[in-house]
Amino acid sequence: MDLAVSILSIALFAGTSLIFATVGEILTERSGILNLGLEGTMIMGAVSGFAAAYHTDNAYLGVLAGMAAGAIFGLIHAIATITLRTDQVVAGLAITIGGTGLASFLGQKLGPGGGPLVGLIGPRFVEVPIPGLSSIPVVGDILFKRDQLVYLLYLLVPAVWYFLYKTRPGLHLRAVGENPQATDALGVNVFRTRYIYTVLGGALVGLGGAHLSLAYTPGWSENLTGGRGWIAIALVIFATWNPARAVLGALLFGGVNAIQFRLQAEGTTISANLLNMTPYILTVVVLVAVTYLEAFRKRVGAPAALGLPYNREERT
Amino acid sequence: MISFEKRLTTPRLVSWGVPLVSLLLALAMGGLLLLVVGVNPFTAYRAMVSGAFGGSFEITETLVRATPLILTGLSVAIAFRMLFWNIGAEGQLVMGGVAASGVAIFLPDAAPSIPQSPWVYLPVMGLAAIVAGALWGVIPALLKSALGVNEIITTLMFNYIAILTYQYLFTDPWKDPAGFGFPGSAEFGEYAWLPEFSGRLHGGLVIGLVAAIAMWAIFTKTRWGYEIALIGENERAARYAGVSIFRNIVLVMVFSAGLAGLAGMSETAGLSHRLQQGLAVGNGFTGIIVAWLAKLHPLRVVVVAVMLAALLVGGDQIQISLGLPAAIAQVLQGLILLFVLGGDIFSRYRLVWTRRVKG
Amino acid sequence: MSGTSDNIAVQLSGVTKRFPGVLANEDVDLTVRFGEIHALLGENGAGKSTLMSVLCGLYRPDGGSISLTVDGVLRPVEIHSPRQAIDLGIGMVHQHFKLVSPQTVAENVIIGRDDVPFRLNMKAIGKKIAELGERYHMPVDPEAAIWQLSVGEQQRVEILKVLYRGASVLILDEPTAVLTPQESAELGQTLRAMVAEGKAIIFISHKLDEVMSFADRVTVLRQGRNVATLDVAATNKQELARLMVGRELMSGVDKPEHPPSEVVLELRAVEATGDRGLPALLGIDLSVQRGEILGVAGVAGNGQRELAEVVTGLRRVTRGSIRVAGEECTNMSPRELIEAGVCHVPGDRLGVGLAGNLALSDNLAMKSYRRPPMSRGPFLNRKRMVAAAGGLIEEFNVLTPGPQTPARNLSGGNQQKAILAREITAGRGFPEGAVLVASYPTRGLDVGAVEAVRTRLAAERARGTAVLLISEDLDELMMMSDRIAVMHGGRVMGVVEPAATTIEELGLLMAGERR
Repeated sequence: MDLAVSILSIALFAGTSLIFATVGEILTERSGILNLGLEGTMIMGAVSGFAAAYHTDNAYLGVLAGMAAGAIFGLIHAIATITLRTDQVVAGLAITIGGTGLASFLGQKLGPGGGPLVGLIGPRFVEVPIPGLSSIPVVGDILFKRDQLVYLLYLLVPAVWYFLYKTRPGLHLRAVGENPQATDALGVNVFRTRYIYTVLGGALVGLGGAHLSLAYTPGWSENLTGGRGWIAIALVIFATWNPARAVLGALLFGGVNAIQFRLQAEGTTISANLLNMTPYILTVVVLVAVTYLEAFRKRVGAPAALGLPYNREERT
Repeated sequence: MISFEKRLTTPRLVSWGVPLVSLLLALAMGGLLLLVVGVNPFTAYRAMVSGAFGGSFEITETLVRATPLILTGLSVAIAFRMLFWNIGAEGQLVMGGVAASGVAIFLPDAAPSIPQSPWVYLPVMGLAAIVAGALWGVIPALLKSALGVNEIITTLMFNYIAILTYQYLFTDPWKDPAGFGFPGSAEFGEYAWLPEFSGRLHGGLVIGLVAAIAMWAIFTKTRWGYEIALIGENERAARYAGVSIFRNIVLVMVFSAGLAGLAGMSETAGLSHRLQQGLAVGNGFTGIIVAWLAKLHPLRVVVVAVMLAALLVGGDQIQISLGLPAAIAQVLQGLILLFVLGGDIFSRYRLVWTRRVKG
Repeated sequence: MSGTSDNIAVQLSGVTKRFPGVLANEDVDLTVRFGEIHALLGENGAGKSTLMSVLCGLYRPDGGSISLTVDGVLRPVEIHSPRQAIDLGIGMVHQHFKLVSPQTVAENVIIGRDDVPFRLNMKAIGKKIAELGERYHMPVDPEAAIWQLSVGEQQRVEILKVLYRGASVLILDEPTAVLTPQESAELGQTLRAMVAEGKAIIFISHKLDEVMSFADRVTVLRQGRNVATLDVAATNKQELARLMVGRELMSGVDKPEHPPSEVVLELRAVEATGDRGLPALLGIDLSVQRGEILGVAGVAGNGQRELAEVVTGLRRVTRGSIRVAGEECTNMSPRELIEAGVCHVPGDRLGVGLAGNLALSDNLAMKSYRRPPMSRGPFLNRKRMVAAAGGLIEEFNVLTPGPQTPARNLSGGNQQKAILAREITAGRGFPEGAVLVASYPTRGLDVGAVEAVRTRLAAERARGTAVLLISEDLDELMMMSDRIAVMHGGRVMGVVEPAATTIEELGLLMAGERR
């Protein structure tokens, strides 16, 4: 039981940044925009968050900075893909490469005196047990002895779920991603909707990055995100564009990490590399299953207009 | 009110001018960044240019960096022509390197009767690399063809699986027993090395150039090239014309992933001469940028690959000479791509003022 | 029911709209009153849909003005967006439904509405929608998902969307295009109920029957201009047809008698499944002889597309057999069928028949590129391709700036000529008997292009090609075919001879009455 608690705790802690990013990308993709720039956005969120927190000595400002950075990158993607009608795949890749490079650059220049941020110790979020709830056996240990950002997650995920399925703007968001022509003709501003959710999604991705540098690692180093941005993209499909299921997927990835630590601590001979492969293989399996199901059951998930640009006056 | 109106034709001035202006804007933005950290952009850019082309050593370094980019650029270009988003060139490159290394390391012992000459070993290694890369790419291709599974995600995931596999191999079963604890495989015998020219420049460049010419010939002079263009332009029309979509998706991916695998062989047999850290450094992703900026044209891929390589080498150079993070090169790459992409709309559409309706 | 000018709902004055290379509407005046059903009649491309799109805010006019009666007062307005049009009481029911397929009827109806509360109460909304449906003779289930509904039911959802928003002016675009006669009659009841309450209805049509039976007044558009506005009671089909076309309708292609000859294309008990998994062809028996045009009539969506697809290898046959020139050809690939002599002019020009961004010469070579002289072995000779294209362009009178212009840049008529050129030339390689499947070959073309296409088809018939002509234009079928097969619900209801049948009989067959 102790082992399970320990693994789940680590899984949740490790998966938090993933959940933020995945939920953010779910919102973006629901509007029909595919943002592959998550890796660059997330790492920019991480470096901005850490730098801001370090210089202001305030972790909360760091979070805001991380979200702002994410929002800015989301905005860049939005301008490129919505107004300038660039191909969404390539725009996302440009942002990833540019963002990763910029983060690395800033990481070496935003430290004190224009030096590196690597190795510095800054303000961070620590475990804050919730009085009362944290005493519950098992559940309390896993869920209620985490840092504030994880608690934010507990509020965010249900809120996004409710928003998406039970409110009017949520309905509009889903409709825009399914059929932008129809929704436009009904008076919903497709461009504005896509802009809002791409920027908002970016902000959440940035928040995920900030969690890495302000809580999980903490601190800054090159390649801090280690591909999590890409994993989040895969998780969106794993979650079939449903925020509740995103949590499951993130826990899975986080869990594998956790299991790997444990096993290494116990001294097994299974290579970390081989173990780390399992989530990726699993994602492919789930993706195949989801795609297969979608062919039979009408619509398990992907917004029909995902990845396609929308142009009101174009007469084909 | 400003709005976009589709152009019927694109004037020459616009189709050349727009990318040029985009490039300049990107450099300007990069210059701003440099100013912010207190560096004179002109100094920095000049240092980058001389770092990339300033002398024979610099030029060979640039060409060395360009070699894998030519191959991955070609790889991505052929896939993108068919609208197959091969994001997995990175993993395919790695698996190609793994296969080539495997041959170099194990074949001498497994089949000692085979002459240990580069004329034998290099082709075998090349073939192994192509097959390995192709297999790595064909699985996502089959999944897409047969089941409609999104290839962006599958090729992406396969990247990670490939990188983890390669890491596992050179840190564990293939680890050099005589390696003094450094992670990496045994060094290849010299018969498994690509010929070297001056500096670090090696035969991989030749492979890249030959591949580029071959691809150009295929696209312009063969039936297959015509079919690929047709599928990429309008898949339904291609089906209607009797072109086999399934077969072509698989064939194109074999080609595409095979080229990326060849890039892996080029890096291992030409540069590192062993399987070690440093194979998965982003050539697969940069190849996507190369392909896009070259507008998927094989000969242009060569030119763009050299230019992007120059950017990277120049960036390394100013890290040494000016103390600037080499990452500036990636920032510039991202900026260039974004601006060129964003600017592209102006060659397809033009801005119009719409008159207000008369009252 | 002619109202006084006090009862004007919508007034368009001098409206003009341009697109790159095309003047869609030129100086159009239109007046519609409350309580009337006003038809907007014209051929394809006359500018009807464009005009209405301007009225409902999808396009901005380049000239002219629009006035609406809002709160009892007629005043000029500028409509910048669909949302604004909706707010002004204008509701458009599109021909191609703008519905979000995986969502429910109720969800689709409320999209875009501001007065829907933030927190959705779908039950209450559903109830209101059901009531609205009852009131206008359109029963509907608010909880059903759109993809589960029939075409007629989906149209009701479109109408409900517009009514739910309190539209006082309804625009319907080709509303009976996809309805059975039964559903059309029900629609008529709905429209009557709406105008009885004082609403204004505009419906766009190119069908004379529809106009005569539904409308109170009709405005005829031709080539972007308003040529006449008449009371329906005071006119007839001939006059309207004349106004629509601007000249005498083509009296008929000279058709020598067709003696019976050997069957080239034969379908026996052919069954096939449609895109949604539902049966599309339920046992088709058809045969086409050498030198004959077999017309296929029927409301679009009754299996015609699937019929063309099974004959050309683009869709699997689940049961039954297809024979070409006596050879078993069931479920052969498109390539094999091409090599067996089956040529296809598809209904979707740019979607299937052409690769828009490729050069015209590339497109013209689509069927011939595999053989000499175009290619030898794996190598393709592009010079020969361009030269061959030049020959086809001249022979078939395709107007283009050059043989390497992207196909997309040609006008619809010239694109169709190019496709015909390609297919007919491919068919020439089969002296034993080629089959030409032509799906809606004159759809969307101007009058000159239509004549050119029909002349070519007649020429093919004279040469001995077996032609399967699928069309929704009954007059065209009557004029061109040696026999007409009528399809309904995936079956052939009957095969008639044009000389021996009437439009009424055809209509009945189309509606599902077996002969």
